[in-house]
Amino acid sequence: MRDQEGRAGRAGPDRAAARWFDDDAGPVVRPYAMTRGRTRTAAEGRLDLIALVIAETRADETVADQTLSPEHVDIVGRCRRTPLSVAELAAGLDLPVGVVRVLIGDLLDAGLVHVSRPVPPAELPDEQILREVIDGLRAL
Amino acid sequence: MAFGRSERRSRPATADPMTLKILVAGGFGVGKTTLVGAVSEIKPLRTEERLTEAGRPVDDLDGVTGKSTTTVAMDFGRITLSERLTLYLFGTPGQERFWFLWDELALGALGAVVLADTRRLADSFAAIDYFERRGLPFTVAVNCFDGADRYAVETVQDALDLDPEVPVMLCDARHKDSARDVLIAVVQHAMRLGARRREPALP
Repeated sequence: MRDQEGRAGRAGPDRAAARWFDDDAGPVVRPYAMTRGRTRTAAEGRLDLIALVIAETRADETVADQTLSPEHVDIVGRCRRTPLSVAELAAGLDLPVGVVRVLIGDLLDAGLVHVSRPVPPAELPDEQILREVIDGLRAL
Repeated sequence: MAFGRSERRSRPATADPMTLKILVAGGFGVGKTTLVGAVSEIKPLRTEERLTEAGRPVDDLDGVTGKSTTTVAMDFGRITLSERLTLYLFGTPGQERFWFLWDELALGALGAVVLADTRRLADSFAAIDYFERRGLPFTVAVNCFDGADRYAVETVQDALDLDPEVPVMLCDARHKDSARDVLIAVVQHAMRLGARRREPALP
């Protein structure tokens, strides 16, 4: 017997625990337990796969915050060494991108990380940048 | 342990490195991950998206039986071009039914490579259609597999019914120099198209 009732009770009876009915759902639901069932974040639009996540210096002090899960702490730790893209974080943590986006959203809300501003999707990067890309590639 | 305020570095967003992405599309087994791996400074990494994620459009999932274990994997690599510029390469999931993921990948992308295999040219139609419709600059790179017939670039251009402006080139996705040249061609093509779009329309 699993302790499902007790856990669901603590999480609040309205939570989506009732949807945990299909055996096949197991592998999918489990990563989302880290996000307490949330599949989206308000910051979704800023969290492109190549958006860079950068730890705030302040994060050194607050990473012992008990409301943070080990995965949150892991993300902050990884981004402190070097800015990492959303895609790299997902690959490094071996978690679906959707889960990682929600976790990053929490860290943004807590002011522990910030996210680089991606090139506005509607426009191509300007010519100067494209030239830099070509020069960089030629130098490989 | 005391943390002095002076330790706080203010990092304006403009000082953060800029990231760009190029997509590598094409049929299953055409060498997308090989090409990414040939130029990437890291061993290609894999990210996964779960098909059952809430909020994703599901209208083009015909044929997916709804089993929640379905995952779509995307391989990607990274090239640090300079202190402030990093380029990511994403291999797009081969199956057309994952186009909703392509939409996300294509958003903000610099351009795309369509890798083609002359033995299975039709496998690249879907990707070509997709990038044409989105107006995303792309080049076609024919991966010269050992044992495959070498066709003239013009023949491939005709067979794919491409706009004559779309660069078509032969490549060997296993070799760094060849893969790099393909990427340079994509960026040059994006530059040409970009310059034209910026020009004011003639009266």
